[in-house]
Amino acid sequence: MNEEKNLSQVCAQQKATDREIQENPELARQMKTIRFTLNGRPRQLTVDVRLSLLEMLRNDCGMTSVKRGCEVGECGACTVLINDEPFDSCIYLAIWADGKDLTTLEGLEGPHGELSDLQQAFVDEAALQCGYCTPGFIMAAEAIFRAGKRLSRDEIRRQIAGNLCRCTGYVNIIKAIEKVMDQRFGPA
Amino acid sequence: MFDIKALYEAFSVEEATRLLLEHPEARVMAGGSDNLIKIREGKLANREFVSIYMIDELREIKLEEDGTLRIGSLCSFTQVASDPLVLKLVPTLAKAVSLVGGPQVRNIGTIGGNTCNGITSADSGATLVAYDAEVELHGAEGLRRLPLRDFYKGVGKVDLRPGEIQVAIRIPRSSYEGYVGEYIKYAMREAMDIATLSCSVNLRLSEDKKTVEDLRIAYGVAAPVPTRALAAEAAGRGQPLDQNFIPKVLAHITEGLSPRESWRASQAFRLHLIKATAKRALETVLQRSGVSQG
Repeated sequence: MNEEKNLSQVCAQQKATDREIQENPELARQMKTIRFTLNGRPRQLTVDVRLSLLEMLRNDCGMTSVKRGCEVGECGACTVLINDEPFDSCIYLAIWADGKDLTTLEGLEGPHGELSDLQQAFVDEAALQCGYCTPGFIMAAEAIFRAGKRLSRDEIRRQIAGNLCRCTGYVNIIKAIEKVMDQRFGPA
Repeated sequence: MFDIKALYEAFSVEEATRLLLEHPEARVMAGGSDNLIKIREGKLANREFVSIYMIDELREIKLEEDGTLRIGSLCSFTQVASDPLVLKLVPTLAKAVSLVGGPQVRNIGTIGGNTCNGITSADSGATLVAYDAEVELHGAEGLRRLPLRDFYKGVGKVDLRPGEIQVAIRIPRSSYEGYVGEYIKYAMREAMDIATLSCSVNLRLSEDKKTVEDLRIAYGVAAPVPTRALAAEAAGRGQPLDQNFIPKVLAHITEGLSPRESWRASQAFRLHLIKATAKRALETVLQRSGVSQG
């Protein structure tokens, strides 16, 4: 239901943008229409060329799991998958998403909002306190699983090295990822 | 929203050159992990940019007929670090770029951007200099090539003429064939850190493994740009491989280098690191060459 609401908001915004361009053709120079897939659904948006992917996903697409943290590519809170690889959406121009396949945390849930095994493992292992870094960590971990290779603890640490957690430390986060690794690949 | 005055998007190298000539004030943006952060910090606020990120033809890694390895300038660190040709022919480069930042930064950062920003601590810089790499540049008059060593002009300065973009990094066969290399990054943390000092070594032994035929040692953060330790190389080149080899090289290792004093480390510590990393890297390559020292 929430997503439906978001979609209608997005449509309203989109019409406003098109009208603005018609009224002021100079604006077109700084606007670009892009097509991409977001969590499995094809989307089309006209965006300002100066917009970050983070801003587009949060404000234009309603994907508020994407967190604004450091905004300089150091904390990983804004991590999303672009063609199954993790990127900091804060230092990625929205227009570069043209033609790409984007995944945010919202895309991991089942059709009725069920948590994925990875999300559930973060809950079960108490791999979060305040939760702000959690979507970014889960997306960095999701990238590990999409690459389809079992990793050692050291390799897991390396793959989440671009994400900061300032509450829990990293032990439970690694435990959660290892738990899913065991579930999916069998015990090491 | 980024504080950008205007952004022009190029989809081919010709278009990039044309846009840069039309907008002489514009800076090139590749992956943006330097530029976008500087815009955020206000250091590059309200400037014009030409984005070359969507030029997919610059994302190819291939072997040319003469054995030259050609790496497109927009290849990400992740791509370079996992490419079968890179891993087979220039594995030290794969190691070096796998030590950049974290996974997200390695996905967006490009090898071309890493060399065009003219930063001495760039992880690819020292190793590419140690491989005697060349850069290929595209401008209004077509292509030109020059050694990466000459491309670096000073802190943050490279030899790019108006309208030019870097399109590839080339490593000739004679630069890698028969060489064994090692890269050591000295930093405070194992990830998301900038090298306090870095050392990249390439060594080629004679067939009987008794003589050092060639030696290249390059450093990051030992001078304003990635720099070869030419005096030390000369001291080691052509020398018999005995227990005196490494001491002979180390005796000249800091000649021509001028590490800076900064909040990351003192000059004295960097001078120590220059010696310590070279020693360790040389020991590693000799071990890997199947030679036990002393």
